[in-house]
Amino acid sequence: MSAVPLLQVQDLSSSYGRIRVLSTVSLEIGRGELVALVGSNGAGKTTLLRCLSGVQPIDGGTIRFGGHDINHLRASERVALGIAQVPEGRLVFPQLTIEDNLLLGGYGRNRATVSAGFTRAYAMFPILAERRRQLAGTLSGGQQQMLALGRALMSAPKLLLLDEPSMGLAPVVVERIFDIIDELRASGTTILLVEQNANAALALADRGYVIETGRIVLAGDGLDLLEDRRVQEAYLGV
Amino acid sequence: MLADFAQFTASGLTRGAIYALVGMGFAIIYNASNIINFAQGEFVMLGGMLTAFLFTTTGLLPIWLAVPVAIAAATIAGVAFYRLAIEPAQRAGLATLIIITIGGSVLLRGIVEVTLGKREFVFPAFSGESNVQVLGASIASQSLWVLGTLAIVAALLWWFFEKTLFGKAMRATAQSPLAAQLVGIETRHVLLVSFALAAALGALGGVLTTPITLTRYDIGIMLGLKGFAATMLGGLGNPFGALAGGLVLGLVEAFTGGYVSSGYQDAIAFLLILTVLMVRPGGLFGRVAMDRV
Ligand SMILES: Nc1ncnc2c1ncn2[C@@H]1O[C@H](COP(=O)(O)OP(=O)(O)OP(=O)(O)O)[C@@H](O)[C@H]1O
Ligand SMILES: [Mg+2]
Repeated sequence: MSAVPLLQVQDLSSSYGRIRVLSTVSLEIGRGELVALVGSNGAGKTTLLRCLSGVQPIDGGTIRFGGHDINHLRASERVALGIAQVPEGRLVFPQLTIEDNLLLGGYGRNRATVSAGFTRAYAMFPILAERRRQLAGTLSGGQQQMLALGRALMSAPKLLLLDEPSMGLAPVVVERIFDIIDELRASGTTILLVEQNANAALALADRGYVIETGRIVLAGDGLDLLEDRRVQEAYLGV
Repeated sequence: MLADFAQFTASGLTRGAIYALVGMGFAIIYNASNIINFAQGEFVMLGGMLTAFLFTTTGLLPIWLAVPVAIAAATIAGVAFYRLAIEPAQRAGLATLIIITIGGSVLLRGIVEVTLGKREFVFPAFSGESNVQVLGASIASQSLWVLGTLAIVAALLWWFFEKTLFGKAMRATAQSPLAAQLVGIETRHVLLVSFALAAALGALGGVLTTPITLTRYDIGIMLGLKGFAATMLGGLGNPFGALAGGLVLGLVEAFTGGYVSSGYQDAIAFLLILTVLMVRPGGLFGRVAMDRV
């Protein structure tokens, strides 16, 4: 394929009111790559993902997807292009059934995509198939995370944005989630993984970026970053 | 005795049906946006007034055509109201938006007052002025139209919200506006459809009850308040709660009016609502507020 990265972010800035939380952030993700974005509380990780999905206004910079400027596109148009997000805190639709949560993940997609999505989601997470008629609000945290992941995959995305998928989950469940992320990468999905759990994320990722107070301060191969002294001191508690 | 009881029940349900239709409109818009649309009552007025204008006053259309045309026109007014007044001010904050709805209601009322005048309007009952005898009570045939239509509308709304993709998308937007946007739902369209639905429900209520109660340019004020009360009683975020709230409110008013004194009916109805809200702040079938789109 071409050398154009799937996602190119250049000098992106964004604010809440007058408070600037992202300053000239630049990053790239190649097709099929798993890229980790790590950083401490309030660094701006979620804000960056919100900008990419088109639910947060930007002050400047450009976002290119497949080489095309998508700055002006609405959130729904970005989903249509193939950008899906699993938001922080999962945000499943609690009063809808699991089946309907998944169905809405494929909103605007054709029948074939939706039915392939159901097959895939239920194969990946048998527990969701078992409970398909239950309300999503009745699921445990780990199951809700699986549902949120399944919902995002329903649109057969080219780029999957994951915002702290391991947050608040038991260690076994975290392990299962990271296994699934690895499987998704193996099946060719391009992934941007945001994590506070820097250790696990960098160990898994092809490349990583470190963000601090709205700026990218380090970038490199996942394993190199893991061994970087500054990263170890700041995020790995070494 | 039984005849009185049946009579009050029938009149309570009929009166409650209109509160229910207005209340469901409040709940649908609140669900999608957290906006309390105080223009809601004006769509009841528009439905009745436009039908009367098209059929009785001008004779432009037969009644079976005047009714859908009036409802369609009121729905278009609802959509225009959203597009021209609400959507452009979306960033302004909830309090501002609610005040805009009050402004919208004053405007709609003013336009009708100026163009159609201050007098009362009416058109004949759909099946004539016949009565049906039930348990010794004499029930106007129009009441049966009101209740039958309410039942059909409730069933259709249930089907829409439970079974159709767009209905599910509307519920999803109410539950998590952010997640709804992230799966590609155009939340603007959800809001637009909410305003259209609410206007149509209100107008339908106006069309059904005008033969019983007459209508005038300013009846929207009182009906808006009653519909709002019905929604509070049933639970703000739940259209079917508002439906139940409306019927309960109508029954309480009718029984108070019948057994105590009609002078007390509003007071007792509002006392009931206050009591319910003190015991259950979310209303009878309510749930707590959600984020706004
Ligand atoms: N809705 C908001 N309004 C105002 N400020 C906000 C809002 N959301 C986030 N912020 C601020 O923006 C900054 C970046 O927040 P963001 O949520 O992007 O960080 P994060 O890296 O995702 O943090 P965490 O790891 O805790 O999720 C923080 O200082 C935060 O306080
Ligand atoms: Mg975050």
